[in-house]
Amino acid sequence: MRKFFREDEVEILVCARRVPDTSENEIQLNGAGNDIERDDLVYSINEPDNYAVEEALQIVAKSGGNVTVATVGTDDDEEILRREMAMGANQGVLLSDDAFSGSDGKGIATVLKGFVQKNKFDLVLTGVQAEDGGAQVGGMLAAMLDSPFASLVNSIEVLDGNKLKVSREIEGGNREISEIDLPCVLSIQTGINEPRYVGMRGIRQVASLEIPTYGASDLGVDPKSVGEAAANVKRDDYFVPVLGKGAEILQGTNEEVADKLIELLKAKGGLQ
Amino acid sequence: MTARIFAYIIHKAGVVDDTAAELLAAAKKIDPTASPTAIVVGPGADVDAVCKSVSASFPEVWKVASDSLAYPNAELVRQALVKALPQGCIVLVPHNHFGIDLGPGLSIKLNATFVSDVVGIDGVDGTNLKVVRQEFGGAVSAHVRCNIASGAVVNVRPGAFKPIEAAPITGVVVDKQVGPLTARRRYLTTIMPEAGDVDITKEPVLVSVGRGIGEKDNIPIAEELAEALGAVVSCSRPVVDAKWLPKSRQVGSSGQTVKPKVYMACGISGSFQHLAGLKGNPFIVAINKNPKAPIFQVADVGIVTDMLEFMPELANKVREAKKVTA
Repeated sequence: MRKFFREDEVEILVCARRVPDTSENEIQLNGAGNDIERDDLVYSINEPDNYAVEEALQIVAKSGGNVTVATVGTDDDEEILRREMAMGANQGVLLSDDAFSGSDGKGIATVLKGFVQKNKFDLVLTGVQAEDGGAQVGGMLAAMLDSPFASLVNSIEVLDGNKLKVSREIEGGNREISEIDLPCVLSIQTGINEPRYVGMRGIRQVASLEIPTYGASDLGVDPKSVGEAAANVKRDDYFVPVLGKGAEILQGTNEEVADKLIELLKAKGGLQ
Repeated sequence: MTARIFAYIIHKAGVVDDTAAELLAAAKKIDPTASPTAIVVGPGADVDAVCKSVSASFPEVWKVASDSLAYPNAELVRQALVKALPQGCIVLVPHNHFGIDLGPGLSIKLNATFVSDVVGIDGVDGTNLKVVRQEFGGAVSAHVRCNIASGAVVNVRPGAFKPIEAAPITGVVVDKQVGPLTARRRYLTTIMPEAGDVDITKEPVLVSVGRGIGEKDNIPIAEELAEALGAVVSCSRPVVDAKWLPKSRQVGSSGQTVKPKVYMACGISGSFQHLAGLKGNPFIVAINKNPKAPIFQVADVGIVTDMLEFMPELANKVREAKKVTA
Protein backbone atom coordinates (compact mmCIF):
# COMPACT_ATOMS: atom_id res chain seq x y z
CA MET A 1 0.00 0.00 0.00
CA ARG A 2 1.12 3.53 -0.76
CA LYS A 3 2.44 5.39 2.22
CA PHE A 4 3.08 9.07 2.77
CA PHE A 5 4.50 8.76 6.24
CA ARG A 6 7.43 10.93 7.25
CA GLU A 7 8.93 11.30 10.70
CA ASP A 8 7.73 14.26 12.82
CA GLU A 9 4.46 14.53 10.93
CA VAL A 10 1.08 13.28 12.06
CA GLU A 11 -0.39 10.51 9.98
CA ILE A 12 -4.15 10.47 10.56
CA LEU A 13 -6.81 7.99 9.51
CA VAL A 14 -10.45 9.04 9.64
CA CYS A 15 -13.02 6.23 9.45
CA ALA A 16 -16.18 7.53 7.82
CA ARG A 17 -19.56 6.22 6.76
CA ARG A 18 -22.24 7.10 4.26
CA VAL A 19 -25.66 7.24 5.92
CA PRO A 20 -29.19 8.43 5.11
CA ASP A 21 -29.17 12.18 5.68
CA THR A 22 -31.89 12.86 8.25
CA SER A 23 -31.86 16.59 7.54
CA GLU A 24 -32.86 15.78 3.95
CA ASN A 25 -35.19 12.82 4.55
CA GLU A 26 -38.06 11.93 6.82
CA ILE A 27 -37.14 8.48 8.05
CA GLN A 28 -40.24 6.31 8.04
CA LEU A 29 -41.32 2.70 7.78
CA ASN A 30 -41.82 1.08 4.39
CA GLY A 31 -45.15 -0.41 3.30
CA ALA A 32 -44.29 -3.85 4.65
CA GLY A 33 -43.42 -2.30 8.00
CA ASN A 34 -40.13 -4.19 8.36
CA ASP A 35 -37.55 -1.70 7.11
CA ILE A 36 -37.23 2.03 6.64
CA GLU A 37 -38.42 3.42 3.31
CA ARG A 38 -35.20 3.43 1.29
CA ASP A 39 -36.54 4.67 -2.06
CA ASP A 40 -35.41 8.22 -2.82
CA LEU A 41 -33.30 8.47 0.35
CA VAL A 42 -30.61 11.12 0.14
CA TYR A 43 -27.31 9.89 1.53
CA SER A 44 -24.40 11.91 2.84
CA ILE A 45 -21.38 11.50 5.06
CA ASN A 46 -22.29 10.77 8.68
CA GLU A 47 -22.22 14.20 10.34
CA PRO A 48 -19.72 13.51 13.18
CA ASP A 49 -17.39 11.84 10.64
CA ASN A 50 -17.29 15.09 8.69
CA TYR A 51 -16.28 16.95 11.86
CA ALA A 52 -13.58 14.29 12.36
CA VAL A 53 -12.15 14.96 8.88
CA GLU A 54 -12.16 18.72 9.52
CA GLU A 55 -10.36 18.17 12.83
CA ALA A 56 -7.76 15.97 11.11
CA LEU A 57 -7.20 18.63 8.45
CA GLN A 58 -6.72 21.30 11.12
CA ILE A 59 -4.19 19.12 12.98
CA VAL A 60 -2.06 18.48 9.88
CA ALA A 61 -2.31 22.15 8.90
CA LYS A 62 -0.46 22.91 12.16
CA SER A 63 1.74 19.86 12.64
CA GLY A 64 2.25 18.62 9.10
CA GLY A 65 1.22 15.19 7.95
CA ASN A 66 -1.49 13.47 5.97
CA VAL A 67 -5.14 12.64 6.28
CA THR A 68 -6.52 9.38 4.89
CA VAL A 69 -10.27 8.77 4.90
CA ALA A 70 -11.43 5.14 4.78
CA THR A 71 -14.87 3.64 4.56
CA VAL A 72 -16.09 0.06 4.66
CA GLY A 73 -18.71 -0.30 1.97
CA THR A 74 -19.40 -0.56 -1.73
CA ASP A 75 -18.81 1.56 -4.84
CA ASP A 76 -21.80 3.70 -3.83
CA ASP A 77 -19.81 4.89 -0.82
CA GLU A 78 -17.03 6.39 -2.95
CA GLU A 79 -18.98 9.64 -3.13
CA ILE A 80 -18.30 10.47 0.51
CA LEU A 81 -14.59 9.73 0.05
CA ARG A 82 -14.46 12.18 -2.85
CA ARG A 83 -16.35 14.75 -0.84
CA GLU A 84 -13.80 14.51 1.99
CA MET A 85 -10.93 14.62 -0.52
CA ALA A 86 -12.46 17.82 -1.90
CA MET A 87 -12.32 19.13 1.69
CA GLY A 88 -8.60 18.44 1.69
CA ALA A 89 -8.04 14.83 2.70
CA ASN A 90 -4.95 13.48 0.93
CA GLN A 91 -6.38 10.09 0.16
CA GLY A 92 -9.67 8.17 0.16
CA VAL A 93 -9.66 4.41 0.56
CA LEU A 94 -12.54 2.00 -0.01
CA LEU A 95 -12.50 -1.20 2.02
CA SER A 96 -14.80 -3.43 0.05
CA ASP A 97 -15.41 -7.16 -0.24
CA ASP A 98 -18.50 -9.36 -0.56
CA ALA A 99 -17.31 -10.97 2.67
CA PHE A 100 -17.83 -7.66 4.54
CA SER A 101 -21.53 -7.45 3.68
CA GLY A 102 -23.87 -7.65 6.68
CA SER A 103 -21.09 -7.00 9.22
CA ASP A 104 -22.08 -5.82 12.68
CA GLY A 105 -20.07 -3.16 14.52
CA LYS A 106 -17.40 -5.67 15.48
CA GLY A 107 -17.12 -6.83 11.87
CA ILE A 108 -16.58 -3.24 10.67
CA ALA A 109 -13.99 -2.69 13.40
CA THR A 110 -12.24 -5.91 12.32
CA VAL A 111 -11.95 -4.68 8.71
CA LEU A 112 -10.63 -1.29 9.87
CA LYS A 113 -8.13 -3.01 12.15
CA GLY A 114 -6.81 -4.87 9.12
CA PHE A 115 -6.27 -1.59 7.29
CA VAL A 116 -4.65 0.16 10.27
CA GLN A 117 -2.22 -2.73 10.78
CA LYS A 118 -1.11 -2.62 7.15
CA ASN A 119 -0.17 1.03 7.63
CA LYS A 120 1.24 3.29 10.30
CA PHE A 121 -1.15 5.85 11.73
CA ASP A 122 -0.40 8.07 14.70
CA LEU A 123 -4.03 8.94 15.20
CA VAL A 124 -7.28 7.28 14.18
CA LEU A 125 -10.49 9.31 14.32
CA THR A 126 -14.08 8.18 13.96
CA GLY A 127 -17.35 10.05 14.35
CA VAL A 128 -18.90 9.42 17.75
CA GLN A 129 -21.95 7.72 16.30
CA ALA A 130 -24.04 7.17 13.19
CA GLU A 131 -27.80 7.73 13.31
CA ASP A 132 -28.34 4.03 12.69
CA GLY A 133 -25.27 2.96 14.65
CA GLY A 134 -24.22 2.24 18.18
CA ALA A 135 -21.32 4.58 19.07
CA GLN A 136 -19.18 1.47 19.08
CA VAL A 137 -16.69 1.06 16.20
CA GLY A 138 -14.04 3.46 17.54
CA GLY A 139 -13.94 1.90 21.00
CA MET A 140 -13.84 -1.62 19.54
CA LEU A 141 -11.09 -0.73 17.07
CA ALA A 142 -8.98 0.81 19.85
CA ALA A 143 -9.35 -2.32 22.00
CA MET A 144 -8.46 -4.57 19.04
CA LEU A 145 -5.34 -2.48 18.36
CA ASP A 146 -4.67 -2.20 22.09
CA SER A 147 -4.47 1.57 21.66
CA PRO A 148 -5.78 4.10 24.18
CA PHE A 149 -9.22 5.52 23.38
CA ALA A 150 -11.39 8.50 24.21
CA SER A 151 -14.98 9.00 23.10
CA LEU A 152 -17.10 12.14 22.67
CA VAL A 153 -14.00 14.25 22.03
CA ASN A 154 -14.74 17.96 21.55
CA SER A 155 -11.23 19.41 21.43
CA ILE A 156 -7.75 18.16 20.55
CA GLU A 157 -4.41 19.81 21.23
CA VAL A 158 -1.16 18.23 20.07
CA LEU A 159 1.20 18.43 23.07
CA ASP A 160 4.27 16.87 21.47
CA GLY A 161 5.03 13.99 19.17
CA ASN A 162 3.90 11.46 21.76
CA LYS A 163 0.71 12.72 23.28
CA LEU A 164 -2.43 14.82 22.92
CA LYS A 165 -4.54 16.83 25.30
CA VAL A 166 -8.18 16.02 24.65
CA SER A 167 -11.48 17.22 26.03
CA ARG A 168 -14.50 14.92 26.28
CA GLU A 169 -18.09 16.08 26.43
CA ILE A 170 -19.58 14.83 29.71
CA GLU A 171 -22.85 15.70 31.48
CA GLY A 172 -24.20 19.21 31.98
CA GLY A 173 -21.95 20.83 29.39
CA ASN A 174 -18.85 19.94 31.43
CA ARG A 175 -15.61 19.04 29.70
CA GLU A 176 -13.34 16.27 30.95
CA ILE A 177 -9.71 17.04 30.13
CA SER A 178 -7.19 14.22 29.74
CA GLU A 179 -3.79 13.52 28.31
CA ILE A 180 -3.62 10.56 25.95
CA ASP A 181 -0.62 8.75 24.49
CA LEU A 182 -0.16 8.30 20.75
CA PRO A 183 -0.98 6.27 18.79
CA CYS A 184 -4.60 6.42 19.90
CA VAL A 185 -8.18 6.26 18.67
CA LEU A 186 -10.63 9.11 19.31
CA SER A 187 -14.33 9.34 18.56
CA ILE A 188 -15.26 12.88 17.59
CA GLN A 189 -18.37 14.74 18.73
CA THR A 190 -20.19 17.25 16.53
CA GLY A 191 -19.46 20.91 17.25
CA ILE A 192 -15.71 20.36 17.79
CA ASN A 193 -15.02 22.71 14.86
CA GLU A 194 -16.75 24.33 11.88
CA PRO A 195 -16.34 21.97 8.91
CA ARG A 196 -15.35 23.83 5.78
CA TYR A 197 -17.77 24.16 2.90
CA VAL A 198 -17.37 21.88 -0.09
CA GLY A 199 -18.70 23.18 -3.39
CA MET A 200 -19.46 21.30 -6.58
CA ARG A 201 -16.31 22.73 -8.09
CA GLY A 202 -14.17 21.15 -5.39
CA ILE A 203 -15.83 17.79 -5.90
CA ARG A 204 -15.31 17.98 -9.66
CA GLN A 205 -11.60 18.57 -9.10
CA VAL A 206 -11.23 15.23 -7.35
CA ALA A 207 -13.71 13.36 -9.55
CA SER A 208 -11.06 11.54 -11.55
CA LEU A 209 -8.62 10.74 -8.73
CA GLU A 210 -8.13 7.05 -8.17
CA ILE A 211 -9.66 5.56 -5.04
CA PRO A 212 -7.77 2.42 -4.04
CA THR A 213 -9.97 -0.49 -3.02
CA TYR A 214 -8.83 -3.22 -0.65
CA GLY A 215 -10.57 -6.50 0.05
CA ALA A 216 -10.28 -9.12 2.76
CA SER A 217 -7.10 -10.75 1.41
CA ASP A 218 -5.34 -7.36 0.90
CA LEU A 219 -6.10 -6.50 4.51
CA GLY A 220 -5.28 -9.89 6.01
CA VAL A 221 -8.85 -10.18 7.27
CA ASP A 222 -10.23 -13.69 7.73
CA PRO A 223 -13.53 -13.63 5.75
CA LYS A 224 -15.10 -15.83 8.43
CA SER A 225 -14.47 -13.15 11.09
CA VAL A 226 -16.62 -10.54 9.33
CA GLY A 227 -19.88 -10.27 7.40
CA GLU A 228 -23.33 -11.51 8.18
CA ALA A 229 -22.33 -15.03 9.27
CA ALA A 230 -19.96 -13.64 11.92
CA ALA A 231 -22.36 -10.96 13.13
CA ASN A 232 -23.48 -11.47 16.71
CA VAL A 233 -25.83 -8.51 16.57
CA LYS A 234 -28.60 -8.65 13.98
CA ARG A 235 -31.50 -6.32 13.32
CA ASP A 236 -34.69 -8.30 12.67
CA ASP A 237 -36.94 -5.41 11.67
CA TYR A 238 -37.85 -1.79 12.18
CA PHE A 239 -41.08 -0.65 13.80
CA VAL A 240 -42.67 2.46 15.23
CA PRO A 241 -43.69 2.02 18.86
CA VAL A 242 -46.88 3.57 20.17
CA LEU A 243 -45.79 5.80 23.02
CA GLY A 244 -48.32 7.48 25.29
CA LYS A 245 -51.25 9.41 23.90
CA GLY A 246 -49.20 11.79 21.78
CA ALA A 247 -49.80 15.48 21.27
CA GLU A 248 -53.19 17.03 20.57
CA ILE A 249 -52.63 18.41 17.10
CA LEU A 250 -54.11 21.89 16.62
CA GLN A 251 -55.76 22.15 13.19
CA GLY A 252 -56.44 25.21 11.09
CA THR A 253 -54.63 28.08 9.45
CA ASN A 254 -51.61 29.56 11.19
CA GLU A 255 -53.83 32.39 12.41
CA GLU A 256 -56.50 30.05 13.81
CA VAL A 257 -53.90 27.83 15.43
CA ALA A 258 -52.15 30.84 16.99
CA ASP A 259 -55.46 31.92 18.58
CA LYS A 260 -56.04 28.45 20.03
CA LEU A 261 -52.47 28.27 21.27
CA ILE A 262 -52.71 31.63 23.03
CA GLU A 263 -55.71 30.42 25.03
CA LEU A 264 -53.75 27.31 26.05
CA LEU A 265 -50.67 29.34 26.93
CA LYS A 266 -52.74 31.64 29.14
CA ALA A 267 -54.08 28.60 31.01
CA LYS A 268 -50.61 27.08 31.44
CA GLY A 269 -48.80 30.20 32.58
CA GLY A 270 -46.95 30.74 29.34
CA LEU A 271 -48.42 34.18 28.88
CA GLN A 272 -48.36 36.52 31.81
CA MET B 1 -31.13 -20.21 33.09
CA THR B 2 -29.06 -17.51 31.46
CA ALA B 3 -25.51 -16.45 32.13
CA ARG B 4 -24.62 -14.57 35.29
CA ILE B 5 -25.67 -10.92 35.04
CA PHE B 6 -23.63 -8.01 36.38
CA ALA B 7 -24.71 -4.38 36.70
CA TYR B 8 -22.01 -1.70 36.56
CA ILE B 9 -22.80 0.84 39.27
CA ILE B 10 -22.15 4.50 38.50
CA HIS B 11 -21.51 6.61 41.59
CA LYS B 12 -20.15 9.98 42.51
CA ALA B 13 -18.79 11.09 45.89
CA GLY B 14 -20.20 7.96 47.54
CA VAL B 15 -23.71 8.47 46.11
CA VAL B 16 -25.27 5.82 43.86
CA ASP B 17 -26.57 6.98 40.48
CA ASP B 18 -30.24 6.44 39.52
CA THR B 19 -29.13 4.05 36.78
CA ALA B 20 -28.26 1.36 39.38
CA ALA B 21 -31.96 0.61 40.01
CA GLU B 22 -32.67 0.83 36.27
CA LEU B 23 -30.03 -1.80 35.49
CA LEU B 24 -31.55 -4.08 38.14
CA ALA B 25 -34.91 -3.73 36.36
CA ALA B 26 -33.23 -4.41 33.01
CA ALA B 27 -31.56 -7.55 34.43
CA LYS B 28 -34.99 -8.87 35.49
CA LYS B 29 -36.23 -8.30 31.93
CA ILE B 30 -33.44 -10.54 30.66
CA ASP B 31 -34.33 -13.22 33.19
CA PRO B 32 -37.02 -12.72 35.85
CA THR B 33 -35.35 -15.41 37.98
CA ALA B 34 -31.89 -13.81 37.71
CA SER B 35 -29.98 -12.89 40.81
CA PRO B 36 -27.95 -9.99 39.40
CA THR B 37 -24.65 -8.93 40.90
CA ALA B 38 -23.71 -5.27 41.31
CA ILE B 39 -20.12 -4.39 40.53
CA VAL B 40 -18.78 -1.29 42.26
CA VAL B 41 -15.44 0.10 41.11
CA GLY B 42 -13.76 3.10 42.67
CA PRO B 43 -11.42 4.46 45.32
CA GLY B 44 -11.48 2.96 48.81
CA ALA B 45 -13.08 5.97 50.44
CA ASP B 46 -16.19 5.91 48.23
CA VAL B 47 -16.84 2.27 47.48
CA ASP B 48 -17.81 1.12 50.98
CA ALA B 49 -20.72 3.58 51.18
CA VAL B 50 -21.78 2.71 47.64
CA CYS B 51 -21.60 -1.05 48.26
CA LYS B 52 -23.71 -0.65 51.39
CA SER B 53 -26.44 1.25 49.49
CA VAL B 54 -26.63 -1.12 46.54
CA SER B 55 -26.61 -4.21 48.79
CA ALA B 56 -30.12 -3.13 49.83
CA SER B 57 -31.34 -4.07 46.35
CA PHE B 58 -28.72 -6.46 44.88
CA PRO B 59 -28.25 -9.89 46.54
CA GLU B 60 -24.51 -9.77 45.83
CA VAL B 61 -22.16 -6.83 45.41
CA TRP B 62 -18.61 -7.10 44.10
CA LYS B 63 -16.34 -4.43 45.49
CA VAL B 64 -13.32 -3.47 43.40
CA ALA B 65 -11.44 -0.86 45.41
CA SER B 66 -8.37 0.85 44.01
CA ASP B 67 -7.07 4.32 44.67
CA SER B 68 -5.99 4.55 41.05
CA LEU B 69 -9.74 4.66 40.30
CA ALA B 70 -10.27 7.96 42.12
CA TYR B 71 -11.56 9.31 38.83
CA PRO B 72 -13.63 6.87 36.72
CA ASN B 73 -11.27 6.56 33.76
CA ALA B 74 -12.80 3.99 31.38
CA GLU B 75 -9.40 2.56 30.44
CA LEU B 76 -8.58 1.71 34.08
CA VAL B 77 -12.11 0.52 34.83
CA ARG B 78 -11.94 -1.78 31.82
CA GLN B 79 -8.72 -3.36 33.07
CA ALA B 80 -10.28 -3.88 36.49
CA LEU B 81 -13.42 -5.47 35.02
CA VAL B 82 -11.50 -7.75 32.67
CA LYS B 83 -9.54 -9.05 35.65
CA ALA B 84 -12.59 -9.44 37.89
CA LEU B 85 -15.41 -10.69 35.65
CA PRO B 86 -15.96 -14.36 34.79
CA GLN B 87 -16.05 -15.64 31.18
CA GLY B 88 -19.40 -15.58 29.42
CA CYS B 89 -21.23 -13.20 31.75
CA ILE B 90 -23.65 -10.44 30.77
CA VAL B 91 -22.57 -6.97 31.89
CA LEU B 92 -25.08 -4.13 31.97
CA VAL B 93 -23.60 -0.62 31.68
CA PRO B 94 -25.47 2.72 31.56
CA HIS B 95 -25.19 4.23 28.06
CA ASN B 96 -24.00 7.67 29.15
CA HIS B 97 -20.69 9.44 28.44
CA PHE B 98 -18.93 6.87 30.63
CA GLY B 99 -20.67 3.81 29.17
CA ILE B 100 -19.91 4.98 25.63
CA ASP B 101 -16.24 5.16 26.67
CA LEU B 102 -16.24 1.77 28.40
CA GLY B 103 -18.68 -0.63 26.70
CA PRO B 104 -17.33 -1.23 23.17
CA GLY B 105 -13.72 -1.85 24.25
CA LEU B 106 -14.79 -3.95 27.23
CA SER B 107 -16.74 -6.27 24.90
CA ILE B 108 -13.64 -6.85 22.76
CA LYS B 109 -11.45 -7.62 25.77
CA LEU B 110 -14.09 -10.01 27.19
CA ASN B 111 -14.64 -11.54 23.73
CA ALA B 112 -18.32 -10.80 24.28
CA THR B 113 -21.06 -9.36 22.09
CA PHE B 114 -21.73 -5.63 22.40
CA VAL B 115 -25.07 -3.94 21.95
CA SER B 116 -25.52 -0.27 22.70
CA ASP B 117 -28.23 2.13 23.81
CA VAL B 118 -30.82 -0.54 24.58
CA VAL B 119 -34.28 0.86 25.40
CA GLY B 120 -36.23 -2.40 25.75
CA ILE B 121 -35.56 -6.07 26.49
CA ASP B 122 -37.85 -8.87 25.28
CA GLY B 123 -36.08 -11.74 27.07
CA VAL B 124 -33.84 -14.55 25.88
CA ASP B 125 -34.51 -17.05 23.09
CA GLY B 126 -31.89 -19.81 23.08
CA THR B 127 -28.55 -18.03 22.87
CA ASN B 128 -30.15 -14.81 21.64
CA LEU B 129 -30.95 -11.82 23.79
CA LYS B 130 -33.81 -9.89 22.19
CA VAL B 131 -33.59 -6.14 22.63
CA VAL B 132 -35.12 -2.94 21.27
CA ARG B 133 -33.01 -0.02 20.05
CA GLN B 134 -33.92 3.30 18.49
CA GLU B 135 -32.37 4.66 15.33
CA PHE B 136 -32.45 7.93 13.43
CA GLY B 137 -33.02 10.04 16.55
CA GLY B 138 -35.97 7.92 17.66
CA ALA B 139 -37.86 8.17 14.35
CA VAL B 140 -37.90 4.36 14.18
CA SER B 141 -37.18 1.51 16.58
CA ALA B 142 -35.59 -1.83 15.77
CA HIS B 143 -35.88 -5.35 17.14
CA VAL B 144 -32.32 -6.62 17.53
CA ARG B 145 -31.01 -10.12 18.34
CA CYS B 146 -27.67 -10.49 20.14
CA ASN B 147 -25.85 -13.77 20.42
CA ILE B 148 -24.89 -14.05 24.09
CA ALA B 149 -23.32 -17.53 23.87
CA SER B 150 -19.94 -16.09 24.89
CA GLY B 151 -21.32 -13.29 27.02
CA ALA B 152 -22.40 -9.74 26.31
CA VAL B 153 -21.85 -6.13 27.24
CA VAL B 154 -25.24 -4.42 27.08
CA ASN B 155 -25.26 -0.63 27.24
CA VAL B 156 -28.65 0.43 28.61
CA ARG B 157 -30.16 3.86 27.95
CA PRO B 158 -30.56 5.83 31.20
CA GLY B 159 -34.23 6.41 31.98
CA ALA B 160 -35.51 3.63 29.71
CA PHE B 161 -36.16 1.04 32.45
CA LYS B 162 -38.46 1.79 35.36
CA PRO B 163 -37.00 0.73 38.72
CA ILE B 164 -38.86 -2.13 40.43
CA GLU B 165 -40.37 -1.31 43.83
CA ALA B 166 -39.18 -3.91 46.33
CA ALA B 167 -38.53 -4.22 50.05
CA PRO B 168 -34.85 -3.70 51.00
CA ILE B 169 -32.70 -6.83 51.25
CA THR B 170 -29.30 -7.43 52.79
CA GLY B 171 -26.95 -8.45 50.01
CA VAL B 172 -23.44 -9.74 50.59
CA VAL B 173 -20.44 -7.62 49.67
CA VAL B 174 -17.54 -9.56 48.16
CA ASP B 175 -14.07 -8.03 47.97
CA LYS B 176 -12.31 -8.47 44.59
CA GLN B 177 -8.63 -7.68 44.15
CA VAL B 178 -7.47 -6.62 40.70
CA GLY B 179 -3.87 -5.60 41.30
CA PRO B 180 -2.13 -2.61 39.72
CA LEU B 181 -3.77 -0.75 36.82
CA THR B 182 -1.97 1.42 34.29
CA ALA B 183 -3.42 4.10 32.03
CA ARG B 184 -2.23 5.61 28.78
CA ARG B 185 -4.98 8.18 29.13
CA ARG B 186 -4.63 10.29 32.26
CA TYR B 187 -7.41 12.46 33.69
CA LEU B 188 -6.32 16.04 34.32
CA THR B 189 -9.35 18.15 35.24
CA THR B 190 -12.98 18.97 34.57
CA ILE B 191 -13.94 22.34 33.11
CA MET B 192 -17.40 23.75 33.83
CA PRO B 193 -19.22 25.52 31.00
CA GLU B 194 -18.92 29.29 30.75
CA ALA B 195 -21.91 31.08 32.19
CA GLY B 196 -24.08 32.58 29.49
CA ASP B 197 -25.85 35.94 29.29
CA VAL B 198 -29.07 34.28 30.46
CA ASP B 199 -29.66 31.30 32.73
CA ILE B 200 -32.16 29.11 30.87
CA THR B 201 -32.44 26.79 33.89
CA LYS B 202 -34.35 29.47 35.80
CA GLU B 203 -36.77 30.59 33.06
CA PRO B 204 -40.48 29.66 33.32
CA VAL B 205 -41.06 29.89 29.56
CA LEU B 206 -38.61 28.78 26.87
CA VAL B 207 -38.87 29.20 23.12
CA SER B 208 -36.51 26.44 22.05
CA VAL B 209 -35.25 26.10 18.49
CA GLY B 210 -33.73 23.14 16.68
CA ARG B 211 -32.32 22.35 13.27
CA GLY B 212 -35.61 23.55 11.74
CA ILE B 213 -34.59 27.18 12.34
CA GLY B 214 -32.54 26.64 9.18
CA GLU B 215 -29.89 29.32 9.50
CA LYS B 216 -28.38 31.81 11.88
CA ASP B 217 -30.20 34.72 10.26
CA ASN B 218 -33.50 33.21 11.42
CA ILE B 219 -32.62 33.30 15.14
CA PRO B 220 -34.16 36.81 15.51
CA ILE B 221 -37.54 35.30 14.50
CA ALA B 222 -37.39 33.12 17.61
CA GLU B 223 -36.09 36.01 19.71
CA GLU B 224 -39.00 38.16 18.63
CA LEU B 225 -41.49 35.49 19.75
CA ALA B 226 -39.63 35.01 23.02
CA GLU B 227 -39.67 38.74 23.67
CA ALA B 228 -43.41 38.92 23.04
CA LEU B 229 -43.98 36.05 25.47
CA GLY B 230 -41.55 37.35 28.08
CA ALA B 231 -39.51 34.20 27.49
CA VAL B 232 -35.95 33.46 26.42
CA VAL B 233 -34.58 31.41 23.53
CA SER B 234 -33.00 28.03 24.18
CA CYS B 235 -32.04 25.39 21.63
CA SER B 236 -31.09 21.83 20.80
CA ARG B 237 -27.65 20.52 19.96
CA PRO B 238 -27.46 21.11 16.17
CA VAL B 239 -27.97 24.87 16.74
CA VAL B 240 -24.95 24.98 19.07
CA ASP B 241 -22.87 22.76 16.77
CA ALA B 242 -23.55 25.23 13.97
CA LYS B 243 -22.49 28.09 16.32
CA TRP B 244 -25.84 29.86 15.88
CA LEU B 245 -26.33 30.10 19.66
CA PRO B 246 -23.90 29.66 22.57
CA LYS B 247 -23.54 26.37 24.47
CA SER B 248 -25.17 27.94 27.54
CA ARG B 249 -28.49 27.96 25.62
CA GLN B 250 -28.46 24.20 24.91
CA VAL B 251 -31.08 21.95 26.52
CA GLY B 252 -30.15 18.27 26.81
CA SER B 253 -27.95 15.68 28.46
CA SER B 254 -24.81 17.39 27.18
CA GLY B 255 -26.22 20.86 27.85
CA GLN B 256 -28.48 22.31 30.54
CA THR B 257 -31.28 20.64 32.48
CA VAL B 258 -34.27 23.00 32.45
CA LYS B 259 -37.59 22.91 34.32
CA PRO B 260 -39.86 25.53 32.73
CA LYS B 261 -43.65 25.69 33.03
CA VAL B 262 -44.01 25.98 29.27
CA TYR B 263 -41.59 24.64 26.66
CA MET B 264 -42.09 25.55 23.02
CA ALA B 265 -40.07 23.13 20.90
CA CYS B 266 -39.75 24.73 17.47
CA GLY B 267 -38.17 22.63 14.72
CA ILE B 268 -36.82 20.19 17.30
CA SER B 269 -37.18 16.51 16.38
CA GLY B 270 -37.05 15.36 20.03
CA SER B 271 -34.09 13.02 20.46
CA PHE B 272 -33.81 11.40 23.89
CA GLN B 273 -30.59 13.32 24.56
CA HIS B 274 -32.58 16.54 24.16
CA LEU B 275 -35.59 15.36 26.20
CA ALA B 276 -33.25 14.19 28.98
CA GLY B 277 -32.62 17.87 29.71
CA LEU B 278 -36.31 18.64 30.16
CA LYS B 279 -37.55 18.09 33.74
CA GLY B 280 -40.51 19.05 35.91
CA ASN B 281 -43.24 17.94 33.48
CA PRO B 282 -43.64 21.21 31.54
CA PHE B 283 -46.49 21.94 29.12
CA ILE B 284 -44.79 21.11 25.81
CA VAL B 285 -45.84 22.76 22.57
CA ALA B 286 -44.22 21.16 19.51
CA ILE B 287 -44.02 23.07 16.26
CA ASN B 288 -42.60 21.01 13.42
CA LYS B 289 -43.33 20.57 9.75
CA ASN B 290 -42.68 16.82 9.96
CA PRO B 291 -45.84 15.21 11.42
CA LYS B 292 -43.81 12.08 12.25
CA ALA B 293 -41.22 13.92 14.39
CA PRO B 294 -40.75 12.04 17.69
CA ILE B 295 -41.34 15.28 19.61
CA PHE B 296 -45.10 14.91 18.90
CA GLN B 297 -45.14 11.73 20.99
CA VAL B 298 -44.14 13.59 24.12
CA ALA B 299 -45.67 17.03 23.49
CA ASP B 300 -49.01 18.11 24.96
CA VAL B 301 -49.93 20.17 21.94
CA GLY B 302 -48.60 19.88 18.41
CA ILE B 303 -48.68 22.20 15.43
CA VAL B 304 -47.67 20.82 12.06
CA THR B 305 -46.51 23.85 10.14
CA ASP B 306 -43.51 25.85 8.97
CA MET B 307 -42.15 27.37 12.18
CA LEU B 308 -40.61 30.29 10.31
CA GLU B 309 -44.06 31.42 9.17
CA PHE B 310 -45.85 30.48 12.36
CA MET B 311 -43.58 32.15 14.91
CA PRO B 312 -44.06 35.74 13.61
CA GLU B 313 -47.83 35.13 13.39
CA LEU B 314 -47.89 33.92 16.99
CA ALA B 315 -45.70 36.82 18.14
CA ASN B 316 -48.20 39.30 16.64
CA LYS B 317 -51.13 37.56 18.29
CA VAL B 318 -49.36 37.49 21.64
CA ARG B 319 -48.66 41.22 21.48
CA GLU B 320 -52.34 41.89 20.61
CA ALA B 321 -53.53 39.65 23.44
CA LYS B 322 -51.30 41.48 25.90
CA LYS B 323 -52.62 44.87 24.73
CA VAL B 324 -56.21 43.72 25.36
CA THR B 325 -55.44 42.53 28.87
CA ALA B 326 -53.21 45.52 29.71
